[in-house]
Amino acid sequence: MSARDNILARIRRQQGRSGPTTAEEMALVRANIREHAIGPQPNAARAADSLALFKSECARLLTTVAEVDESAVPGEVARYLDSANLGKEVAGWSEYSQWSWEAAGIHYAARAANKDDTTGFTGCFCAIAETGTLLLLSSPERPKLNALLPETHICVVPKSRIVRTMEEAFALVRAEVGEPPRAMFFASGPSRTADIEQTIVIGAHGPYRVHVILT
Amino acid sequence: MQVQSMFFKQNASAKLNDAVLQRNMQKAKGKFVDGRAKAVSEVENWEAIRTHAAALRDKCLANLDAYLLEFEANATRRGAVVHWAETASEACDIIVRIAKENGVKKATKSKSMVSEEVNLNERLEAAGIQPIETDLGEYILQLAGEPPSHIVAPAVHKSKEQVADLFEAAHHKPRLTDIPAMTREAREALRDHFLTADMGISGANFIIAETGTTLTVTNEGNADMVTTVPRIHCVITGVEKVIPTLEDFATLIRLLPRSAVGQTIANYLTLTTGTKMPGDQDGPEQMHIVLVDAGRTKFVGTDMQEMLRCIRCGACMNHCPVYQNVGGHAYGWVYPGPMGSILTPTYVGIENAGDLPNAATFCGECQVVCPVKIPLPDLMRKLRERQHDMRLRPWSERLPMALWAFAARRPGLYALLSRLGARFASWLGGKDKLIHALPGIDGWTQGRDMPAPEGRTFRELYAQKRGAR
Repeated sequence: MSARDNILARIRRQQGRSGPTTAEEMALVRANIREHAIGPQPNAARAADSLALFKSECARLLTTVAEVDESAVPGEVARYLDSANLGKEVAGWSEYSQWSWEAAGIHYAARAANKDDTTGFTGCFCAIAETGTLLLLSSPERPKLNALLPETHICVVPKSRIVRTMEEAFALVRAEVGEPPRAMFFASGPSRTADIEQTIVIGAHGPYRVHVILT
Repeated sequence: MQVQSMFFKQNASAKLNDAVLQRNMQKAKGKFVDGRAKAVSEVENWEAIRTHAAALRDKCLANLDAYLLEFEANATRRGAVVHWAETASEACDIIVRIAKENGVKKATKSKSMVSEEVNLNERLEAAGIQPIETDLGEYILQLAGEPPSHIVAPAVHKSKEQVADLFEAAHHKPRLTDIPAMTREAREALRDHFLTADMGISGANFIIAETGTTLTVTNEGNADMVTTVPRIHCVITGVEKVIPTLEDFATLIRLLPRSAVGQTIANYLTLTTGTKMPGDQDGPEQMHIVLVDAGRTKFVGTDMQEMLRCIRCGACMNHCPVYQNVGGHAYGWVYPGPMGSILTPTYVGIENAGDLPNAATFCGECQVVCPVKIPLPDLMRKLRERQHDMRLRPWSERLPMALWAFAARRPGLYALLSRLGARFASWLGGKDKLIHALPGIDGWTQGRDMPAPEGRTFRELYAQKRGAR
């Protein structure tokens, strides 16, 4: 008997079932899963104005938010980097490389971020209003490291991609992608730790600053 | 981690007299309790979410074998290799074997209590593989050579001065005591390890049957590096962590960070499913998932199965008056506080951890704050009964219990004895009406006096009132 068989047999024996797991039991479990039952959600998450909720939750997480037209994104990136006294080198996803970065004075490198990059630029699959969260899905052209390694993460979010809850985000993944990709990465605000004397410090292993640009 | 739970009383006494620990624990206490209270008060239907969460955990546990098989099938389909380990030692064997077969020299780790449970770091080191803890708290403890004292905030017992000494010795840099500067120094020290490790080892807060997904919840972002950068990703987790669907995760994540640290959401939730896909620039080439039993199935199908609902938030310990005073190390194993007082005796044997179910005031706060409604005091009481039945408690406790039970079944005798007892205690109290030492059970009066009973007993008063009516 393998460890697997022993563990499964022990579970069944203790629950008063004999023999291996039956086809009916597997069918029951799969039927339960297919229901995708949704639990109670906080009233706040059902708010009509998900844009306002997203912005207020971002503020709680210390994520800064700007709203501009898509064509003005490079300019907003430049303004933000200036305001924080940061350099104009940005490592970003290739899908945005055609935007007018040079005109805004930004040196945009379309590639995955490495440890020397100071600012990473990404989009997201969608954003969740309930918690001010950005959902990034892994894909060849959308490296997650750009949101993680640099000290500053700037993310462009079309307002049409704001959903209310995590359940809505999962439904969107199923509808548009199908099965989950290798990584679903939910990022809410800059990284933090409180491991020394429970004192909250912003900036642990991930970014110190997260700036969301709504378009 | 070696079990030290049989020495709970000695260890707890020592911790009560440890001035530095007492100061550190006092500082932490308010932050956890107040933070949770505020976060929970913002969710008007908190109770409904708790009830739903408890039910979904129960649903999964009722068909645990089938949910695990469904998880295994989906994870395997996505390219992960699922391993099963009956014991702690088997779990380590599996991971060490994978590491050796792939020539792994260095493994970065995100916080995993299961890995603490099975002594994984020790076994990796013995095999010539360098484990690097990357959660800041775990990193501090790895430098200190200490086990965690809390499941969410592992280094809660350390002061910043103690951490500063450790960092100065390890980083060979000037001693810093500014907490943000210390955090940055640790970030820089760990950066290269993240990018050069051959293997990443993480735990899993949950595993999802529907999709074969494993997931980690962190604030620091370290688990994302650990699961993204190295060419091999190894997950070590308990068999009870399986949940049916992504929607169930959405429910549980409303509860976990609020209960743990008072946050509406943890900063990073990393859901990983299988290996790197064609063309991906990041992600592991191999993914291994080690499902560990090591005592968990002992709960299945018993009157204590509710314990397996646990989502490891730590709220029970944060709110426990015993934990708040003695800290986590006194409990002598990985899981402290009320949840540990049930897990430890069951996992390592009740004879090795007999004091733990008794290390409770039964104030009930743990049950009140538990996000999945585990009846923790009831479960501790069941363990106490078991100890009594197995004759594991000393005669000095069993004999008085037997005598009390004898009297309690005879109301007349009970009334007489309680009257005599009250008079005796009143006499013991003397002029200042305080009992300084109780004969035979002086442990109770070592640090405090017991107020002596005064006047008549309840039965006498009750009889008098009935008579007067």
